[in-house]
Amino acid sequence: MINKTLAVVISLVLISSAALAVSLNGAGATFPYPIYVKWNKIFADKTGTQVNYQGIGSGGGIRQFTAKITDFGGSDAPMTEKQMSAAGGDVLHIPTVMGAVAVSYNLPGVSGLKLDPETLGRIFLGRIKKWDDPAIAALNPGIDLPGKNITIAHRSDGSGTTHIFTSYLAKVSTAWASQVGAGSAVSWPTGIGGKGNAGVAGVIKGNEGALGYVELSYAISNDLPVVSLKNRSGRFVKPSIESTTAAADGALSSSKLAKQIAAGDFRLDLTNAPGQNAYPIVGLTWLLVRSSLDGEKGAALKNYLKWALSDGQKYAASLLYAPLPDSMSDKVMKLINSIDTNI
Amino acid sequence: MGQGDIWFKGFIFAFAASIPLLLVSLVVVLFFWAWPAIIHFGWSFIFSSAWDPLADNYGALPFIYGTLVSSLIALLIAVPLGLGCAIFISEIYKSKTGEYIALMVELLAAIPSVVYGLWGIFVLAPFSAAYIQPVLGGMFGFLPLFQGPTSGPSLLTGGIILAIMILPTITALSREVLQAVPYSLRESAMALGATRWETFKVAVFGPARSGIIGAIILGLGRALGETMAVTMVIGNRPRVSASLFAPAYSLAAVIANEFAEAVTELNLAVLIELALILLVITIAVNGLARYLVWQTTLKK
Repeated sequence: MINKTLAVVISLVLISSAALAVSLNGAGATFPYPIYVKWNKIFADKTGTQVNYQGIGSGGGIRQFTAKITDFGGSDAPMTEKQMSAAGGDVLHIPTVMGAVAVSYNLPGVSGLKLDPETLGRIFLGRIKKWDDPAIAALNPGIDLPGKNITIAHRSDGSGTTHIFTSYLAKVSTAWASQVGAGSAVSWPTGIGGKGNAGVAGVIKGNEGALGYVELSYAISNDLPVVSLKNRSGRFVKPSIESTTAAADGALSSSKLAKQIAAGDFRLDLTNAPGQNAYPIVGLTWLLVRSSLDGEKGAALKNYLKWALSDGQKYAASLLYAPLPDSMSDKVMKLINSIDTNI
Repeated sequence: MGQGDIWFKGFIFAFAASIPLLLVSLVVVLFFWAWPAIIHFGWSFIFSSAWDPLADNYGALPFIYGTLVSSLIALLIAVPLGLGCAIFISEIYKSKTGEYIALMVELLAAIPSVVYGLWGIFVLAPFSAAYIQPVLGGMFGFLPLFQGPTSGPSLLTGGIILAIMILPTITALSREVLQAVPYSLRESAMALGATRWETFKVAVFGPARSGIIGAIILGLGRALGETMAVTMVIGNRPRVSASLFAPAYSLAAVIANEFAEAVTELNLAVLIELALILLVITIAVNGLARYLVWQTTLKK
């Protein structure tokens, strides 16, 4: 009897030690956290490799990755050259999924609001202060706009969502680029800060006349009214998974991004992409890994990345992320294959 | 002293010393990490209103202002309310119902601050913008404090939510203090022909005063450091504005908001310097409280 028990205990220990043989630790952006958790669970069931990911924010993710506390990092904002050299220089950005930033508003009785980039920029700069401003009215014929003040709602916490949104504004508005700039946290000319998507949505819901930006997944799951934005083809497009993928396809057709990809650099800015159905405020999220990884851990991480970019992509849409278009994931796969695991 | 006594003394001393050591090490570590910001900005940091993470230009004034003013608003609301409640329960309406009221006030302390924050953003903030601010603006609109456009998330709303959160601290502690006053004092005053108010003023409030100040200061301590609920309703706007209706920011809120995403070394150091300032403010407030309590007990 005792022998039997002992045998069971020993075999349990052996099984668990085999399962724990390789475990990878990562930390960073909170935006992709739900899909990484799903990936990690499925991947562990399939291969026995435990991947842990903590959503501590992109900044924290970059800090821990730089300090080599984690095996990989996660970020919604690409690392700058300076940060990359601080991390040792051998950093690869592996794009995993895409997200879009929706512009939402609170105007009772008004639906189907349309805006163009110039007007959006002037509103966020605080130059357009009222909803019945001629610039907004001209874009929305047939909608009876109230004479209410516009209350801007923005993120108060540093965020990749803010990075994508301000990158877009800086691209379409020279005034924004020179006065505010693009980053995870900026000096907002006007408005109220909300903590997280829920905080911004709370400010929008609680203030008639509010206008703010949230992640597309949050806007969809909470059924928020969203603005149709005029894209480069002159069409007004609503944010959706389809229009996000369309934006990536459009962006990849540009020769500038093609050159960047050919150089193995996937820190792509997908905002304001060309294409009939492209939604203009779209961005990537990245896993940060080193270009040479040692032995067992390196091989496991490489496997994980390959799986995430192939089989893993099919879980994206159900969690309201846009999968990478095939034309991009093929090229990312080449980059992953180039990771040196023989040191 | 026997062998056992020496051992005992040593043990107890180690325990006692560990707490001041903890505080000292906290200050040392904060200083160490904040040092790049301290030498970069110097004293001007405290008086600057700049906050631009892209340009790496920072100032602490809006956060210090928001922290102090929101806590002051909280005290202005919670002290009369909490003290009134405590006096009512312990002096006037001593019954089962009074006990239930006390219990319910204490239950307020058990609600997590994030729940206060959610309630604040979805209920209190819209209510503040739609009713409280217009009424205050109508009555006191001649003061700059109550001018300007109304806004749900604002300095005033932050102060109100803090008031609700420190109410149980002030009420429960004041009640304990009042009940600790010996009954013989009340009976003596009554026997001398004092009215109920006179009895309370002379025989109860006098002896209890220092304890009540202590209760208020503990409440203030909670208000100064409260993070989650405040950041959800204060508006998170780093500007000093004369109007209480305008969005503002607090020290604890900006640290919570920006710490995870602070990337540059200076940005991180600045946030830690703000933590240091918050620590200094709380220690100063506590010191002031000690002084007040000490003064009132000396006078007797």
